[in-house]
Amino acid sequence: MVASELPNRPKLLEVKHLCKYFPIRRGLLMRTIGYVKAVDDVNFYIHQGETLGLVGESGCGKTTAGRCILRGIEPTSGEVLFMHTQNEFVDVVHLNKARMHPLRRDMQMIFQDPFSSLNPRWTLLEIVGEPLLVNGIARGKQIEEQVADLLQRVGLRPEYMRRYPHAFSGGERQRIGIARALATRPKLVIADEPVSALDVSVRAQTLNLLQELQDEFHLTYLFISHDLSVVEHICDRVAVMYVGKLVEMAETEQLYLNPLHPYTEALMSAVPKSDPDMKSDRIELVGEVADPGNPPKGCYFHPRCRYAIDRCRLETPVLEEIKPGHFAACHRARELNLRGVPA
Amino acid sequence: MTAKPLSIQIKNLKTYFFLDEGTVKAVDGATFDILQGETLGVVGESGCGKSMIARSILRIVEYPGRIVGGEILYHRTNGSQEEVIDLAKTNANGPLIRSIRGAEISMIFQEPMTALSPVYTIGNQIIEALQQHRSITDRQGHEEAIGLLREVGMSFPERRVDEYPHQLSGGMRQRAMIAMALSCRPRLVIADEPTTALDVTTQAQIIDLMVKLKNERGMGIVMITHDLGVIAEMAERVVVMYLGKAVENANVRSLFHEPAHPYTQALMNSIPKIGRKAKARLQPVTGMVPNPYNRPKGCSFHPRCPHAIVGICDELEPPLVELSPEHKVSCWLYAERKEA
Repeated sequence: MVASELPNRPKLLEVKHLCKYFPIRRGLLMRTIGYVKAVDDVNFYIHQGETLGLVGESGCGKTTAGRCILRGIEPTSGEVLFMHTQNEFVDVVHLNKARMHPLRRDMQMIFQDPFSSLNPRWTLLEIVGEPLLVNGIARGKQIEEQVADLLQRVGLRPEYMRRYPHAFSGGERQRIGIARALATRPKLVIADEPVSALDVSVRAQTLNLLQELQDEFHLTYLFISHDLSVVEHICDRVAVMYVGKLVEMAETEQLYLNPLHPYTEALMSAVPKSDPDMKSDRIELVGEVADPGNPPKGCYFHPRCRYAIDRCRLETPVLEEIKPGHFAACHRARELNLRGVPA
Repeated sequence: MTAKPLSIQIKNLKTYFFLDEGTVKAVDGATFDILQGETLGVVGESGCGKSMIARSILRIVEYPGRIVGGEILYHRTNGSQEEVIDLAKTNANGPLIRSIRGAEISMIFQEPMTALSPVYTIGNQIIEALQQHRSITDRQGHEEAIGLLREVGMSFPERRVDEYPHQLSGGMRQRAMIAMALSCRPRLVIADEPTTALDVTTQAQIIDLMVKLKNERGMGIVMITHDLGVIAEMAERVVVMYLGKAVENANVRSLFHEPAHPYTQALMNSIPKIGRKAKARLQPVTGMVPNPYNRPKGCSFHPRCPHAIVGICDELEPPLVELSPEHKVSCWLYAERKEA
């Protein structure tokens, strides 16, 4: 896919001002004394057939953001516009249960841990067949046929249909999870760290499978991961999160070569390079990730940022389009010349 | 590179687990050397036995696992004379290994939340390690613990020393673990996936810390990991393990530039490398890691190997071939070439 043709594609999903605040309750009366702003005013969009990477460190809210889109978690506020039928967007956040139900077919999820995300008491037929049954796509003998077909597509033998998950290795279980997500022929698949729990050799097989399935079923992925090399490999565009906020979003190549946010720069430099000759000149981030329950004033990254100026301590930057298609939330994005990953 | 003296020689080590379902050969004939003051990387996928080697060296293999064969020769200088102790033959609960474990060879575990006790303060846990090997008072121990925490870059060590592990972040916990491992000034530290549970930026901090401490103290590090990037950053020499065997061992440059074993080659090709933007498909290692109860005959990699020679690789155990003084590989492809 040529990156430059992407902006012309229609959008499938647009997230506007998405927020999810978890209350902190204390004391006998469980009064709310504050909020953990897990997702705080996040805006992004995904084109049809595209893979958007959502990266960040643990606790930055990337999983919560993914689940809010599916309404696995109820968002506090914001809009999630999803293209349901041709050029007609619906706001997923404000739909009632009855109207949400048909939409769920179009949005599916692949989970991180293939051991806890499959019911150990169900056979593959039940696990992969359930979405077909619940959504009224197939019944009876048809389910078996479709499950066999799905298993085959993800590279598992259909004869294994009556087995239980414990009989499979981690990589095979992840394939079962993928088959289940694809059962309803979704448009959007949210993959939450789909390969982090897998070994390197199996990881490559799974990534290739995800790419093949994307071509075959015209899928759109929201690929949530903390692994920057995997994200670079599989994603067309990448969005970077830090303490509940989106700090940068751009086409993958742009983001990796010319990051505009100091956090992205530091994150890239921290990734160990698989080449012993490459001299490592890491930007060491001092201190720890800010507490989302009690974030610092101004830009959340300023206490760790080596480019911070007075303005950063007072004013919270907003995500702006600095270059065409390249968004960053930094007061100094236009003046700084940051270092990307050497090509 | 100047030849460094030996620290530990592992010869044909076998650590098996005797389970009801069968015998799992976690380590099955691994042979390699650890030199003094070097950083040795041990890479492999889960289940290849890399952690079990570490546990075998320290003799903390849990029941029903047992060292069933081979030698772990520990070279140490006692005053002026050098002595060699076979750790594999010592009593796992005896005074000899207890005087070595923690004091001369120590370990950093993967998951600091489970490796640290939740009911003792980190100070208490460091003092316990100190008092195990030296007769010092609680007060002296407390002072030393603060010094150690300061050395590993913990902020406010005077306060942190009396905190419990749950009060610390993942990176801070790992720093406390490192402080504990270093408390008795060991000559060798075995780090079992010390950064796997951490975020990249924290991982970078911990790697830098370990490199700094190693240079200051001149100790050796055995870095066990599945992450080739971490190996490339830290290690001087690398051992690649597959199904309980050391299949290749080389200095880090030749391993990354001329990987010899087909498994190492496949591993290198299967990882997405940052900075190579080609959106081409990865080349995964074909097939699956075999069932641990039933390892393939001959070379254990032959069912997944693109170069396997029928009649040799699936029948006979491959020999260890020396490609250069610093590059050894256990593969029939190179044995053939040598004979020809």
